[in-house]
Amino acid sequence: MIEVKDLTKTFGDKTVLDNINMVFETGKTNLIIGQSGSGKTVLMKNLVGLLTPTSGQVLYDGRNFIEMSKKEKIHMRREMGMIFQSAALFDSLSVLENVRFPLDMFSSMNYRERVKRAQECLDRVNLIEAQEKYPGEISGGMQKRVAIARAIVMNPKYLFCDEPNSGLDPKTSLVIDELLSGITKDYNMTTIINTHDMNSVMGIGENICFIYKGHKEWQGNKDEVMTSTNKKLNDLVFASDLFRKVKKVEMEEEERGCVISL
Amino acid sequence: MLISKWLTTFGKYLILMGRSFSRPERMRMFIKQYVKEMSQLGVDSIGIVLLISFFIGAVICIQMKLNIQSPWMPRWVSGYTTREIMLLEFSSSIMCLILAGKVGSNIASELGTMRVTQQIDALDIMGVNSACYLVLPKILGLVTIMPFLVIFSSAMGIIGAYGTAFIGHILAPDDLTLGLQHAFNQWFVWMSIVKSLFFAFIISSVSSYFGYTVEGGSVEVGKASTDAVVNSSVLILFSDVFLTQILS
Repeated sequence: MIEVKDLTKTFGDKTVLDNINMVFETGKTNLIIGQSGSGKTVLMKNLVGLLTPTSGQVLYDGRNFIEMSKKEKIHMRREMGMIFQSAALFDSLSVLENVRFPLDMFSSMNYRERVKRAQECLDRVNLIEAQEKYPGEISGGMQKRVAIARAIVMNPKYLFCDEPNSGLDPKTSLVIDELLSGITKDYNMTTIINTHDMNSVMGIGENICFIYKGHKEWQGNKDEVMTSTNKKLNDLVFASDLFRKVKKVEMEEEERGCVISL
Repeated sequence: MLISKWLTTFGKYLILMGRSFSRPERMRMFIKQYVKEMSQLGVDSIGIVLLISFFIGAVICIQMKLNIQSPWMPRWVSGYTTREIMLLEFSSSIMCLILAGKVGSNIASELGTMRVTQQIDALDIMGVNSACYLVLPKILGLVTIMPFLVIFSSAMGIIGAYGTAFIGHILAPDDLTLGLQHAFNQWFVWMSIVKSLFFAFIISSVSSYFGYTVEGGSVEVGKASTDAVVNSSVLILFSDVFLTQILS
């Protein structure tokens, strides 16, 4: 479980995150949603230590990440996996070498064991046939799946994904969402996904935090999104006609349900 | 304002060097990177070094023969001056200025692209000291290979000079040999190598700094690449003055 307490981040005079309090639960896909520029990526960078908060705490199962020494932070980071918006694969390494990289760096396994473990992870994301290829030779969706395999190769306790579906078609996005959701359950990880893809919100949002202009506006799950009366949330989630219609039908059905129960 | 900016940049450079010169997490991976960098930055530069040195050696010899040589001068003067120019300045300083363009832009654009595509962030998140993993092998790789490039350059320059003698018949090969052997001071070879070690450090570390600290996109990567070459070149020229004074 990851707890964020009173987290504030300012850049000069500008407050980007204002007194954020959140809880991300273990074994669930936790989503951070919000409009572009609302502070989602800054929040995630504060969580993983790429930025240091101006004030507040980030607790990883009770351990305050902000107050840790440099050495403790490096050790802590080995419990984290991260999937970047751009996949961030190493261009000079093959797919298999990319996935094997954290093992090469930190594990005490021998070469065969490392290759076997990397291949297992590639198999989990259905990419074993692409193991000899280089990142430049595979599609964007495949790159994201390789990034997922690399993120889980060390069995992390915490998985962070920064807009994993950006630039992907809806079908591939669905594959990525299902993979992330499945992996979260399989490995019992605390997964945090930054997204403004509403298909992801409706599909895998077990715990959703809505950020609006740097502060937490709403928290709930995907079912509660449908019935929420928060205008700012509704403006974001139901921005498209399709979702507006889905919500209308949902509300009507709920009203009918209420009548029947009466 | 300008001094403040310069001091800030210098401070950041020192911090990066401090992070780079630390114990690698996994020696096996470090050695792999080190060998790769020696090949990429050094071995891949041998061709251009040999080509330029051959022609510059030949041109210096021709210029000396045509402009310095006179009945009042000894016959060996062209060979002697060609050797001294190649050994003392061209093979160390000018060759490093040329390499600052080739290797410096290579390092800055590679690291800059890694930065903007979040590959360096990915390393940091994994708990890898990205500066040590990426920058240190480049510095050590270039510093290791540079003395060999200097020796190859000097040798090729002399071969170029012989080319003018044997093919162009500009001067007699015996006169050239006599000049090349006249009053040879072995220390000049070491001086050239010592200078090149400093220059190799400047090229690799300054270019790494500009690449590693890029913020933005492809335009900034291009700018970092240019800044790396310009700053490395200026620093090489400045330090050349001091090193020549100290080592002579």
